[in-house]
Amino acid sequence: MSEKILKEIIVKVWRQKNASDKGRFETFTVNNISTDTSFLEMLDILNYQLVEEGKSPIVFDHDCREGICGTCSLFINGRAHGPDDDITTCQLHMRKFKEGETITVEPFRAASFPVIKDLMVDRSAFEKILHAGGFVSVNTGGVPDGNAIPIGYDDAEAAMDAASCIGCGACVATCKNSSAMLFVSAKVSHLARLPQGKVEAARRARAMVSKMDELGFGNCSNTGACEVECPKGISIANIATLNREYLKAKIAE
Amino acid sequence: MTVLNSHIPEGPLADKWSKHKQKIKVVSPANKRKLEVIVVGTGLAGASAAASLAELGYQVKAFCYQDSPRRAHSIAAQGGINASKNYQNDNDSVYRLFYDTIKGGDYRAREANVYRLAEVSGSIIDQCVAQGVPFAREYGGNLANRSFGGVLVSRTFYARGQTGQQLLIGAYSALNRQIGKGTVQMFPRHEMLDLVKIDGKARGIIARDMVSGEIKRYGAHAVVIASGGYGNVFFLSTNAMGCNAGAAWQVYKRGAFMSNPCFVQIHPTCIPVHGDQQSKLTLMSESLRNDGRIWVPKKKEDAEKLQKGLIKANDIPEEDRDFYLERRYPAYGNLVPRDVASRAAKERCDAGFGVNNTGLAVYLDFKYAIERLGRDVIEARYGNLFQMYEKITDADPYKEPMMIYPAIHYSMGGTWVDYNLMTNIPGLYAIGEANFSDHGANRLGASALMQGLADGYFVLPYTIGNYLADEIQVPKTDTNAQEFAEAEKAVTDRLNKLMAIKGTKPTDYFHKKLGKIMWDYVGMSRNEAGLKKAIELIAEVKTEFWKDLLVPGEQNEVNQELEKAGRVADFIELADVMARDALARNESCGGHFREESVSEEGEAQRNDEIGTYVSAWEYKGENQEPVMHKETLVFENVELTQRSYK
Amino acid sequence: MSSFVNSSIGKKFFMSITGFFLMMFLVVHLSINLLLLFDDSGNLFNQGAHFMATNPLIKIVEPLLALGFVLHILYATYLTLKNQKARPVNYKKADLSKSSSWASRNMFVLGTLILIFLVIHIINFYWQLKVSHTVPGVMVDGVEMENAYGLVAGLFKASLIYCLIYITGAVFLGIHLTHGFWSAFQTIGWNNDIWRKRIEFVGKVFAILIAVGFSIIPLYFLIKF
Repeated sequence: MSEKILKEIIVKVWRQKNASDKGRFETFTVNNISTDTSFLEMLDILNYQLVEEGKSPIVFDHDCREGICGTCSLFINGRAHGPDDDITTCQLHMRKFKEGETITVEPFRAASFPVIKDLMVDRSAFEKILHAGGFVSVNTGGVPDGNAIPIGYDDAEAAMDAASCIGCGACVATCKNSSAMLFVSAKVSHLARLPQGKVEAARRARAMVSKMDELGFGNCSNTGACEVECPKGISIANIATLNREYLKAKIAE
Repeated sequence: MTVLNSHIPEGPLADKWSKHKQKIKVVSPANKRKLEVIVVGTGLAGASAAASLAELGYQVKAFCYQDSPRRAHSIAAQGGINASKNYQNDNDSVYRLFYDTIKGGDYRAREANVYRLAEVSGSIIDQCVAQGVPFAREYGGNLANRSFGGVLVSRTFYARGQTGQQLLIGAYSALNRQIGKGTVQMFPRHEMLDLVKIDGKARGIIARDMVSGEIKRYGAHAVVIASGGYGNVFFLSTNAMGCNAGAAWQVYKRGAFMSNPCFVQIHPTCIPVHGDQQSKLTLMSESLRNDGRIWVPKKKEDAEKLQKGLIKANDIPEEDRDFYLERRYPAYGNLVPRDVASRAAKERCDAGFGVNNTGLAVYLDFKYAIERLGRDVIEARYGNLFQMYEKITDADPYKEPMMIYPAIHYSMGGTWVDYNLMTNIPGLYAIGEANFSDHGANRLGASALMQGLADGYFVLPYTIGNYLADEIQVPKTDTNAQEFAEAEKAVTDRLNKLMAIKGTKPTDYFHKKLGKIMWDYVGMSRNEAGLKKAIELIAEVKTEFWKDLLVPGEQNEVNQELEKAGRVADFIELADVMARDALARNESCGGHFREESVSEEGEAQRNDEIGTYVSAWEYKGENQEPVMHKETLVFENVELTQRSYK
Repeated sequence: MSSFVNSSIGKKFFMSITGFFLMMFLVVHLSINLLLLFDDSGNLFNQGAHFMATNPLIKIVEPLLALGFVLHILYATYLTLKNQKARPVNYKKADLSKSSSWASRNMFVLGTLILIFLVIHIINFYWQLKVSHTVPGVMVDGVEMENAYGLVAGLFKASLIYCLIYITGAVFLGIHLTHGFWSAFQTIGWNNDIWRKRIEFVGKVFAILIAVGFSIIPLYFLIKF
């Protein structure tokens, strides 16, 4: 924990008033930032300055600031969630940057994630995919005892690996095709691994993929960038599972 | 007792809920379709309630300030969820879970509510499994359990260090299913800004569309508040940045009582504050205390050297380490309840034994566990937490001990509700962390998830029928009614007022200032003089806020500063009631520690002669002192004893 | 079925299946071509080429092969255009090298280069053998056949440029396959975390074999003659 002070940082930020505005970069200088400060705290400090100067602060999405809610986004210096591995933007710290460095900050970009303002994007396309089939159709009550159906350790672990998706959209943002396959496959394979979810696996795969296609995401070309930038390290083996589930479902149709 | 009727059913404790369910009214399916319910907040409680109510046939409108229900802060809960399944054959039972919760809450919760919570806890696990929640499993395929602070059995179900996330995704997927069917209308990026009452009954809300800035009216036959806790009143807390007391505060101002606001939980294992650029605190799961040993140096000169950075933890020899929890509480050791562990850390740091540059940190050391179990085992158990710690602090907890310090975490207090979870406003309900009902003065680990889901899946869907059965003749609420117009105007006026101050200071300035007052005087240790001072200081902040606030931008666009300003305005008012509540409660209990009420050994001293009540604060108007009503707590099934973890 | 064809996974499925088919073709093509190296009289290769040209099975497969090429190219074009539409505004600063291989990001570019090579290749050999019939005959073991060996050997012996073009084409093909091989398995769902490393390894070996195998032939003629 050797704290240092970065005397000057140049922040080049995408500013866009609303969805229909064309947008442009603006450049700001921030002084005296501790390396123990998080990247978003640095933006807080910049915003505080901007408000004091009577300017409009930079709008960005953030909430839990501990890497689990998936609200924060940002494409920083060319990478989704910035220059560090297995983290969300809120877990990125200023120790990853150098004195005097120019940091380029852009919103997640995809046709299906339109910019709302500045760095804030609309990820409701993910919601729509889940509404289409990202669930097990059980009502509250009337379910069997939790231990009634044994689930193997490996299946539970594999399901958990896939289920740890936080829906941040980094996979789409980093994919050169803006494909949502990692997101969709994580949900499909989480539920397909469990006996509770198997029952309607075919219907789920069909419904989710068709909704995904409808919403204008690109096609997966297996570059694997998504799994590298995924803050939770979700494997693209899930995409193979999704492909398999989908083919099975279509053959059975 | 004239104002507050808790509607606790008669009869033996174990029969109360089942008898009550038999007696309360039920709405026919045909009528349910005509009834509308608004749910504000979509964390565990809100999402589970919205989904369950929609499954029953009600028309539900759900609101959250996040861009998706999945982001509610329930998601950040790490450790687990309790249930009295007794899968481990360790003599767990509904009664034992009930007893542990009542005792852990320092006897400041309602027996009947807590017993019901314990009773439905098992069904929650079944429900979550059926939804596809990937709980940890044994090799044989059965559900695994772990132990948690303050109890002697293993009843905590978990999904790695992400239990809250997985349970929320379960509830969220149930909600998604209903949204897909059209039975729930979801309003993300919407913030509730007022409650609308018609003829004394809750009939709707006013909400701001956080993208367009539009102020909109929504009507219903009942309104459910599931908006979580108010920990952010302290500025620095483990809550998410957006967590706010807005909904709770608006219903308070519309006449709902606020209960036990001074009961907040301070979690002992958080990453210490690093400096004044910090925006929030990060919790490290309580489960770490299963294997980590907490210590500070025995010698003050060692502590001073640590503070100056001259030596490191590993330079201090074994015999010079003070494992103060093991020393003071040999029976529970490092697993004492959260309030006890937090106070003990503060005591050592106040005495000058803190171990970081601010002097406000203690060590949580895994060296001993690694020696005993091997690095692999520790990595399997806590790998993700260690990684998280390293990302934040840039220190390797496998090699040097973690540094931790207590931080504000959970609000036990909240909107007053009766046994049916209805507030004193007919048709207005409060569930989950937003209500006060189940945790008394201190919440046990892994119980928040349990309560949120119990309320949403298994309590509210039953009890709300009892009210709505009498509303079946009432037509759809007309949002053109005068009451809606008035409420909308009040909301717009307030927003305009915030925008119009055009002072010199951003909202965060006031929030930080308020947070410091709260932490210093209404934090882990409280006394009469300090609380009185806090009330004065809070009033000063309020005056300054309304004079010198600067909100840039416009009302009719995304304006995060405006959102924050409204929330901080609420926090300032809430802070005042918290301080008053703390002042009125002249005893130490759970998270509430009054320096005037300690035993000879310096331990917190509860006073059951004066303390067995639930406070319920009534709003009396702008700049008027609120009035406290008391609901007396009656204990028929447990004997009140001084908690001892020695 | 139409919804399958129109779905993103369906289109990718055809990319994968045609890819597999083309890879099998490459194996057959390379095995025949390697006959060039083992008999400088050319009889061995001419017999092999004649066998391929007269085999009824190959006659059936040939149009299928052409169809495979066309589908592979058409789907690739369609998907690439669609993918570009999925991000109308691009990043000003993007550093994708940390997260994916160059080949995986440039399959369409590689494919286009290979297509250009293919056109040259067809003009050089296929056209003369099968369309214009301008290749002189030769008698091998009493059977008259076209002197394919003379055509190939003649080209490589005469032109350094063509040798280089063919080597470059083989290298592009190899790079295309470093991603294409395992990607084809991934797309039809034959992959998981354990098999992935194995398939990727086999894919790399396959890509190298194809690239080296096809490069050896012009090199052989270049060096030996």
